Amino acid sequence: MKKEQVPQDNGSLSKVAQEICYAVDENGNYTTVQSSGWEVKSVALDESIRLIQERVEEKKQEVKAGKLSPLAYFMEVHRMDLQILAAYVGIHRWFVKRHFNPKRFRKLSEKTLKKYADVFEISVEELKNFKPN
Amino acid sequence: MQIDFQHRQSAHCENGVISNLMNHQGVKVSEPLVFGIGAGLFFVYLPFLKVNFAPGFSYRPMPGFIFRRFAKQLGIKVIHKKFSSTEEAQKILDQKLKEGIPVGLQVGVYNLTYFPDEYRFHFNAHNLVVYGKENDRYLISDPVMDTTTSLTEKELEKVRFAKGALPPKGHLYYLETVPTQYDWEQAIKKGIKKTCNDMLAPVPIVGVNAMKWVAKSIKKWPKKIGVKKTNHYLGQLIRMQEEIGTGGGGFRFIYAAFLEEASQILNNPKLKELSKEMTEIGDEWRDFALNISRVYKNRSDQEKVYEKLSDQLMGLAEREKKFFKTLKNAV
Repeated sequence: MKKEQVPQDNGSLSKVAQEICYAVDENGNYTTVQSSGWEVKSVALDESIRLIQERVEEKKQEVKAGKLSPLAYFMEVHRMDLQILAAYVGIHRWFVKRHFNPKRFRKLSEKTLKKYADVFEISVEELKNFKPN
Repeated sequence: MQIDFQHRQSAHCENGVISNLMNHQGVKVSEPLVFGIGAGLFFVYLPFLKVNFAPGFSYRPMPGFIFRRFAKQLGIKVIHKKFSSTEEAQKILDQKLKEGIPVGLQVGVYNLTYFPDEYRFHFNAHNLVVYGKENDRYLISDPVMDTTTSLTEKELEKVRFAKGALPPKGHLYYLETVPTQYDWEQAIKKGIKKTCNDMLAPVPIVGVNAMKWVAKSIKKWPKKIGVKKTNHYLGQLIRMQEEIGTGGGGFRFIYAAFLEEASQILNNPKLKELSKEMTEIGDEWRDFALNISRVYKNRSDQEKVYEKLSDQLMGLAEREKKFFKTLKNAV
């Protein structure tokens, strides 16, 4: 890549920082150039954000329909999967999966709820009384 | 308390941290030189390990490997520590800062408050340096940022104990002793040999063989898992390749810069030629990423599009195979 080919599109990171790129100068030697982003990357990133939003919306509907507990929704909001959530709360993923069942969720102790609420950075009340609109 | 630490931005976090820590000891070493000696160019395909709902691709070795190799080659003594207790992790960090030693940390990206929201994924192999503490805020030199920043005690604890794949477990490291003399020539040669052996490794999940495996899989994915998932997998490939210098195109250019520097140090004009070839390979990786991004936009003519992508990646694998064979014989 030549110096003048370093892309200067509008990337999300450019809000906080310019990236460093290695590129060849007019004498054929390597130098570093700052880049504000590359559209190709933004497209891939946007796509993945869109997929997350889709999943969040899906889970929201299922919580609303009473098929899943709010835990499933908050897990998606925090871009986690079952394993990551299990690791954060320190509960085995088999049990975490069971807690996605609304009936079992209602029976959870304050202590367990607190663990989940802490990970999601909300209060136990907010977690228990979550009502999707 | 604040250590007099010079922050320099880099393309990739691990190289940058090493380069900055060495610089602090008065040893000037560029990011490409660290990358080359630490044998940072790599490719691995882990189809069964799912990261962010797609298979694991990585254009880099396991986090920390570049550092370990670089230090070993040059006889630098680095202390690594992991912790089970968060209090202990903070205590040791504070203690080292008090002694005036800048400390490198492995952290998770998700809770890094200074990153934009789009970049907050559960990726746990980021590196940064803590170079001081003022009013309960840690002073941070994150090599991908243009300036220094800071985090509260609580924020730092969160990223140091991030969970998920490759949990950092508070992993910290610092330079214990650095030698007075360096055999750069020997280290460069060894680093190049290591990279060639990695990329030409006779196993299917590593190096050019792994690229070929991915290339073959791209052809099969649309039928096997559907177009939507295929596109998501390809998107993952671009993200791993181009995000904040962590991959393909970007890494090839750093490697080309390394070969250029190595050619001067070793007085070997052949390496300068190979640097040019590596630049061209890097350009083709970028072209590959560009073609993937077009698939996102243009949804017609599906079958052929994936065939073409597969062929391009296969071509890249062949080209790199030839490249690393030549490189191995050039040093």
